Amino acid sequence: MIVAIMLLVIVIGSLVFNFLSPWWFTEIASNWGGIDFAVFVTFWICGVAFVLIGLFMVYTTWKYRRREGLTAVYEPENKRLEWILTIVTTIGVVGMLAPGLWVWDAYVNVPPQARDVEIVGQQWSWSYRLPGEDGYLGAVDARRISVDNPFGMDPDDPRGQDDVLIERAALHLPIDRPVKVLLRSKDVLHDFYVPEFRAKMDAVPGMITYMWFTPTRVGTYEVLCAELCGIGHHTMRGTVVVDTAEDYDAWLKTQATFAQISARPEGDPVAGQIAYAVCAACHGPAGEGMLAFNAPKLSGQDPWYLRHQILAYRQGLRGVHEQDTYGKEMAPMVLPLIDDAAVENVIAYIGTLPDDPAPQTVEGDIHRGASLYGGCTVCHGSEGGGSYGTFAPRVAGMTDWYLVRQLRNFREGIRGSHRMDNLGKQMGLMSRQLGDDEAINDVVAYINTMSTRMTRTAMHHTIDDRGETDGG
Amino acid sequence: MAVEAQVPYQEAIDVHHPHSWLARYWFSQDHKVIAIQYGITAIGVGLVALVLSGMMRLQLGFPDSFDFIDPEAYYQFITMHGMIMVIYLLTALLLGGFGNYLVPLMCGARDMVFPFVNMISYHVYFVSVLILLASYFVPGGPTGAGWTLYPPQAILTGTPGVDWGILTMLVSLAVFIVAFTMGGLNYVTTILQARTRGMSLMRMPLSIWGIFMATVLGLLAFPALFVSAVMMILDKTIGTSFFMPAISSLGEQLDYSGGSPLLFQHLFWFFGHPEVYIVALPAFGIVSDLISTHARKNIFGYRMMVWAIVAIGVLSFIVWAHHMYVSGMHPYFGFFFATTTLIIAVPTAIKVYNWTLTLLRANIHMTVPMLFSIAFVITFVVGGLTGLFLGNVIVDVPLSDTYFVVAHFHMVMGVSPILVIFGAIYHWYPKMTGKMLDDRIGQLHFWITFLGTYAIYYPMHYLGFVGVPRRYFANGEMAIIDESVILLNQGITIAALIVGVAQILFIWNLIYSYYRGRDSGPNPWKATTLEWQTPETPPRHGNWESRLPTVYRWAYDYSVPGAKDDFIPQSEPSAGEREGAPLA
Repeated sequence: MIVAIMLLVIVIGSLVFNFLSPWWFTEIASNWGGIDFAVFVTFWICGVAFVLIGLFMVYTTWKYRRREGLTAVYEPENKRLEWILTIVTTIGVVGMLAPGLWVWDAYVNVPPQARDVEIVGQQWSWSYRLPGEDGYLGAVDARRISVDNPFGMDPDDPRGQDDVLIERAALHLPIDRPVKVLLRSKDVLHDFYVPEFRAKMDAVPGMITYMWFTPTRVGTYEVLCAELCGIGHHTMRGTVVVDTAEDYDAWLKTQATFAQISARPEGDPVAGQIAYAVCAACHGPAGEGMLAFNAPKLSGQDPWYLRHQILAYRQGLRGVHEQDTYGKEMAPMVLPLIDDAAVENVIAYIGTLPDDPAPQTVEGDIHRGASLYGGCTVCHGSEGGGSYGTFAPRVAGMTDWYLVRQLRNFREGIRGSHRMDNLGKQMGLMSRQLGDDEAINDVVAYINTMSTRMTRTAMHHTIDDRGETDGG
Repeated sequence: MAVEAQVPYQEAIDVHHPHSWLARYWFSQDHKVIAIQYGITAIGVGLVALVLSGMMRLQLGFPDSFDFIDPEAYYQFITMHGMIMVIYLLTALLLGGFGNYLVPLMCGARDMVFPFVNMISYHVYFVSVLILLASYFVPGGPTGAGWTLYPPQAILTGTPGVDWGILTMLVSLAVFIVAFTMGGLNYVTTILQARTRGMSLMRMPLSIWGIFMATVLGLLAFPALFVSAVMMILDKTIGTSFFMPAISSLGEQLDYSGGSPLLFQHLFWFFGHPEVYIVALPAFGIVSDLISTHARKNIFGYRMMVWAIVAIGVLSFIVWAHHMYVSGMHPYFGFFFATTTLIIAVPTAIKVYNWTLTLLRANIHMTVPMLFSIAFVITFVVGGLTGLFLGNVIVDVPLSDTYFVVAHFHMVMGVSPILVIFGAIYHWYPKMTGKMLDDRIGQLHFWITFLGTYAIYYPMHYLGFVGVPRRYFANGEMAIIDESVILLNQGITIAALIVGVAQILFIWNLIYSYYRGRDSGPNPWKATTLEWQTPETPPRHGNWESRLPTVYRWAYDYSVPGAKDDFIPQSEPSAGEREGAPLA
């Protein structure tokens, strides 16, 4: 008796859950209504089958439960019944499969007017490449990928010169125009996944995969990675903005092509020194950082990181959170750097400043810090040197009080909270590891031991160099 | 007369009976001891995997609350949990455990055909488990590549356990496959060659059919995993490029070139999909026998059930790429694999119908094995139906790599076979020990496990509809997630922890009943199959007395009109037939 009742509860409970559930697909933002339709058909056919079988079991377990005088019927087979059930099932299966294959046919055949967009996955960020005016994507080679050529572009291919390169920033797409997405990966498997678009495809190193869709709703969408790609998998976020045609054209004009990026002049440190005068007031004349002004050390920091942060301030991705007091102070300070050249100049000048390790002010449990730092190693390096590959800045030998403050800001969502700031969001997710302020102090104290080692190694190098000179 | 002279060799062989403890319980060649060795080891390592899943759920329900769970540890939990559950628990317990126990007894044989190889099979399996668990003690810990171990990620920096853990995992798998092959050849040969007189193939209990077909699948499928493990070991250790194209990893150029990550996926799923049925088919077979016995009614449509098992087994080799719809393989494969996958739904559905039709006009004894069997059917219905979503290629696109997948495969090949295993243990424990398992503890264990797992996995499908991706250490702020999703995750975690802890009841019951259980007698369920007709309970080494039993009927003569009891053992001659008389 109780079994029949519980089965009934399960069948009815499942139905009630389904109809009351607030959990359902997001509002669609692409042409793939056909996918939703195929899901709908499958859902109803399967739902009916579930209810029928469930209720039949409720009936049998209730009606034929062991009772006085009840004997089972001996019935080895019933050919007719078995055939009927087989045929009904086959009809149901065909009913699901036919619309499914119909939509799949549309999914794999790209309309000829679709425009190419290349999506490049890497641990753990998304980059994009658009064909320039010629409509072709230039040749690329995994072997050419480096800090200076993150897309692995072939510099000799004329078709690649006008390619628009969008590195670790938002992709914009015009509404109502079909796009053919070509996916590749620099390292491991990834999967470009925007839930609202429904479409999804793996990016596989060594080959190019594709899918297509037409964005149908203006808005900003989050990109997720849907294929396990290592410990940063859950932090591999991106942004797609679907624009009206006008907005899209305006955005496209601001994006640099491969030729423009290659032709960008190196920064001029002399010109940069003049601009740096403003920075020196807080960051110190040698870029050493000053606690009194809450300004971190700049000297010795990777140029690409400085560039990225200056741009983040300029674009309003950083220094906008109301609790980010010092970030808000910094935000207007980048405004004098009016163009890319000015930014490059000041970065070049910072590159000439002496890179002395910052004084150590933070104390903590080094052993606990070392174990906590384990999760940081992959991106920031076991010696805290930073890595362009993972876009993680150098942390060793930098101002430790600043690291503490930023880790706290990341953890509490004061930094990295802007919806377009995917790299900030990434660090935000990783910083949650550090449960309390003590953990932050411990990990920074451990980072301080790296800078000590770094100094020693540097000294050894100097001595070795001298010895060599003497010997020579 | 001629028949009298043809005494099968098994009746003549003298079985060597060991005497010392070590010889009896460790170096035993008795299939029943080996079965219990497999069973205890598998349950032991399964408990490790259960604890790992609890820790995963803690992190998913309450992120940022536990210091000891960082992304590295989390990905190691999911990898070890998945691999242990699929291979070292389910495969080992269903085939190594139940296969070993039931095949000779149900076929009416004295033992496996190769008892020595059978013993070695367990020892090698035990070594593979030790190597696997050693992962937690090597530098860097176990691999965190996910149970699918997809390269390039599995052997590159950025994935936990890339130095040692991945190697211990691959070596352990290779060793496991050696063990499985030795056991598997035994099961197949014994079923084909050592059935007793009268046990024609179409009189075999469905348990044996399920185990037989699953073993054949395993023997054909595991080599694909074996070669991919060897190839990946070579890629990792000596720098071959089977699965590795030119790669720039974390900003550094690597020396690999020309390999194909998709090649691994094809090899893995060529094993991996039949693996689903390696686990499912024994469960299908066993549950058929449990339902029939406890419903006191013949299994409905026996011949259809046999052919469904065979059809599913054959088809299972041409559906593997439905795990790869969004992998980047040629999109036209999608048409083929979606079609084959949905075709396989037909024989599977027939099995479900026949289980439920067996209950119709039956006399259902609500014993604990029956409860688990009914729970299996309804759970399997949900898991099977959601499989139609994921098999139907375009429907898979929005759902793949989301929690819908996690919910589906746990329902269909996690919870379903586990429910059957529980039912089977409650069913055959009396034969193994001579004691009944405690009924009240069993009922409690059943209700918590059944309702609890349903509460975990049914709502989890809806996380997948929302689009929540699987294998995320933490979701953080995600555009598609709101408070209600966080709440749902917490609810699932609480249900999972309750179910996990409730398994103590089961373990306790196994131990308690062994010492304090009620004596069962030889055939407590009044079942027809041969293992219940042994002269002693538990059966001694060699199973039968000087003569092997003779089979006169199929395994499902329950409630036969006009019969004295509501069951007729397979070894009982019908009127007019005398023992020793020739059989068709």
